[in-house]
Amino acid sequence: MKKTIRFVLNGYEVTAEVAAHKMLLEVLREGFQLTGAKEGCGQGECGACTVLVDGLSVNSCLYPILEVEGRSVTTVEGLLGEGNRLHPIQEAMVENGGIQCGFCTPGIVMSAKALLDEIPLPDEARIRRGIGGHLCRCTGYVQIVESIRRAAEKMAAQGERDS
Amino acid sequence: MYDTRFVGGSVPRPDAPDKAAGKALYIHDLIRPGMLYGKIKFSDHAHARIIHIDTSRAERLAGVRAVVTGYNTPEIRIGFIKDNFALKKGKVRQYRDEVAAVAAVDPDVAQEAVDLIRVEYEELPGVFDPEEAMAEGAPLVHETDPRGRPKVDNMVPVPWKFEAGDLESAKRSAAFIAEGRYETPLIQQSCMGTAGCIAEFDLQNNLIIHTKTQIPFLAQNDFNQALAAMGLRGKRTRVIVPTLGGSFGTGLDTHGYEYIAILLAYKSGRPVKIVLTREEEFTALSPRQPTRTHIIQGCDAAGRLAFREVRMLLDNGAYTSWGATTPSVMMLPISSLYRVPNVFYEAKIVYTNNTYCQAMRGYGNPQAAWALECNIDQLAETAGIDPYEFRQRNANVPDEITPMGLQITTCGLDRCLDTVAEKLDWKRKRGKGGARGVGMASLFHVGGSGRVYRSDGTGVIMKLDDFGCVSVLAGGVEMGQGFISALSLTAAEALGVTPDRVSVLTGDTATCPWDVGTHASRGAFTAGNAAIMAARKAREQIFQLASEHFMPRVHANLKRRRKRDPDFELPDFNYERLCDPSEFELRENVVFLKEEPENPMLRVPLEEILRAAHYKEQGTMIVTEAFYDPCNQMLDARTCRGNMSATYIFGTQGAEVEVDTETGRVRILKFVAAHDVGRVINQQTIKGQIYGGVVQGLGYALCEEYKSREGRNLNPNFLDYKILSAPDLDFPIEIECIETHDLEGPFGAKGVGEPGLVATAPAVANAVYDAVGVRITDLPITPEKVLAALKRKKERP
Repeated sequence: MKKTIRFVLNGYEVTAEVAAHKMLLEVLREGFQLTGAKEGCGQGECGACTVLVDGLSVNSCLYPILEVEGRSVTTVEGLLGEGNRLHPIQEAMVENGGIQCGFCTPGIVMSAKALLDEIPLPDEARIRRGIGGHLCRCTGYVQIVESIRRAAEKMAAQGERDS
Repeated sequence: MYDTRFVGGSVPRPDAPDKAAGKALYIHDLIRPGMLYGKIKFSDHAHARIIHIDTSRAERLAGVRAVVTGYNTPEIRIGFIKDNFALKKGKVRQYRDEVAAVAAVDPDVAQEAVDLIRVEYEELPGVFDPEEAMAEGAPLVHETDPRGRPKVDNMVPVPWKFEAGDLESAKRSAAFIAEGRYETPLIQQSCMGTAGCIAEFDLQNNLIIHTKTQIPFLAQNDFNQALAAMGLRGKRTRVIVPTLGGSFGTGLDTHGYEYIAILLAYKSGRPVKIVLTREEEFTALSPRQPTRTHIIQGCDAAGRLAFREVRMLLDNGAYTSWGATTPSVMMLPISSLYRVPNVFYEAKIVYTNNTYCQAMRGYGNPQAAWALECNIDQLAETAGIDPYEFRQRNANVPDEITPMGLQITTCGLDRCLDTVAEKLDWKRKRGKGGARGVGMASLFHVGGSGRVYRSDGTGVIMKLDDFGCVSVLAGGVEMGQGFISALSLTAAEALGVTPDRVSVLTGDTATCPWDVGTHASRGAFTAGNAAIMAARKAREQIFQLASEHFMPRVHANLKRRRKRDPDFELPDFNYERLCDPSEFELRENVVFLKEEPENPMLRVPLEEILRAAHYKEQGTMIVTEAFYDPCNQMLDARTCRGNMSATYIFGTQGAEVEVDTETGRVRILKFVAAHDVGRVINQQTIKGQIYGGVVQGLGYALCEEYKSREGRNLNPNFLDYKILSAPDLDFPIEIECIETHDLEGPFGAKGVGEPGLVATAPAVANAVYDAVGVRITDLPITPEKVLAALKRKKERP
């Protein structure tokens, strides 16, 4: 059974005709061709599909599509600025070796954003908890944690300059 | 030692921005016009005769475009001794055996169709333990060998036996002897991006396959053979490798699902995509081989190693893939880690009805190191020598030839040992009790590629454009390890341009030069050397062109300057000298005179020279190539001797742990890794390789185990198969790269991809022993095992 839903996707109002049983991840990837969120397990264990719904990080592979009606969804594609300018978290991941195969990266970036939006300068333990729902097989997390720490510092400094 | 500008720095990877932005395209993200979705029907039994397959209901389902079984398709044999088939006929030998497959217009329909296929089986008794499989009267997994000759037992025909010196007399005269039995479990590589492919045919029936592989060119050969089996002899295959979501050895062989996608694509005339689900990735890909090892080592009164005797039993599973060749690499540390004159090593491999095995990062070395390095600690204790001191006393040295014929050139093992001891504060912390302890373990691995095939070669093509930019086409594969970064820095350094001018292009057999595969930590080593050779050729051609075009360019530039500034006087240059190619140098994108590198008037941007070459009458261009095949040897099949690698890598890892004697939980307080890397190419990526290796090794040590009952995997997901996550790693991991500047390596570098995890588990086990005096011999070191061992120790101290 198809239903029409309306939500905000990366800042734009969108509508979609969706089968009611679909999960958000499938609709993003197949309906909107936003393939940044990945399916690593399809059962909420790896975090590769993480996106923000109303600012909270969720596993989009387990998030029923009908639940996004009227909400605001941000995917990794939505972080990119004009002229492909990376978000400070993405930039820090690039600059500090937080990326190897890259499959887990978009999800981790989204969780890091949710974390830093809530706690601008988390300590290391809090960063580790903040990405605790993500699995990465390549990096051993060391440079990911370092990237998020540096992004937090940079964003905080930027925030101070701006205010 | 080389004076370098870019090699040795710490720079971001060129492939990182796309990955950060979610724009890198993995197999999951690729769509071809008209594409169908394939789904495989796997066996319901570990060992059974196939009586009948009924696909009629699946065929009638709306949206289904093709259904294949072993009975309606040509037989395609796979695996390196060809004892496996893409689709099974007659019988199934493991749960993951492919009995049928469908292609449909969407994944849901494909799944529904697979569920409609009915297979009638007659169950056969299975064998799931390698020792039981060797017993007389055990059920035969294969009744015949691949050539059709009757098999009388379950042994896999492999030649893995190495002997050096006189074991028996060494055993008799040894002052101290230690014996142990060690086991390792199956390990799933756990790539974050699951495996998959898209197969399609062009109108000439040539195959194009996008697939997750580490061996595009060997896969091309495998697929061409499959085409021949399908009656398409002479047709070509183009293998295209998308961005890989990790690989860790999964891509060293071609897989049933790839051939099934090919069969479905041929039958349907449409592109067919098969991507494994996470559960299928666990149950239908080949994990790291499990081992049972019996080891005895002995030393003289002074603690010098006298002999080493190692007997190993490997569970092959139902078919043979590269896992069966891992003893050739296990043999390296077994024969050559530390100086040991008398060695016996034998590995037996048996078929069972378990999932068939592959290689994973380390290629057998983690299993060998587990037994070796735990047993070294046992021997040191028996001899009454501190295990760090014991290792130092027996450490390999530069310019040594080992009993296996391995020619050690550079060797930083002593420095690795010292570094770990120092960083762990070994002298103060060792043997202090209180449920806290420190332990270490070392490793020995190929560092200059490894000749496992007749060729160990790799090609690089260097193509210079109008703008002074360079495309480096390479046969190797980027799977996350940093191949592209290492190669772009090496190529830039060797050519004399800045790294931003270099684009590395990989993963397409139609455009990239041949390469034997990205394995054995060889990517950066071999491609780096090939790039240096190709750059040398390009530089010769650039300087030849410079001898024609440099002076006219200089002259034109000076005249332009005089136009702007009438007072500027044209200098009087020695024109003859400026026509000699040997006078030029290229650095940071500028061609200049060696003798006057600072003269601003005698500097011409590379692109001006290249453009002049393109636009001159009877113009020319610069495209160079090189094929690097290292100066190493294949093992002699009879004696198992041969200098397998062009150089070897060493490392030592150490752990400080605390054991909770109430729960048995091992808590790591600090982990240290010191690796002889030859030379660092990129500080950032090399650390990433070692950190990542260590954490995989810690998972191997503490929690990872692929559990099966009667051949069926019980934990095909990340809740039940635990890989470490960020909160688990609440302790410092310190890394030290020891540079030994290997003459054979590109700018002195050795391979570093695999070693990060080789010595990790024994380092942890040795620390646990130091902390609480119990030795866990079968991985992983779970709280349950530690607690049971503590209890046994208490009962029988």
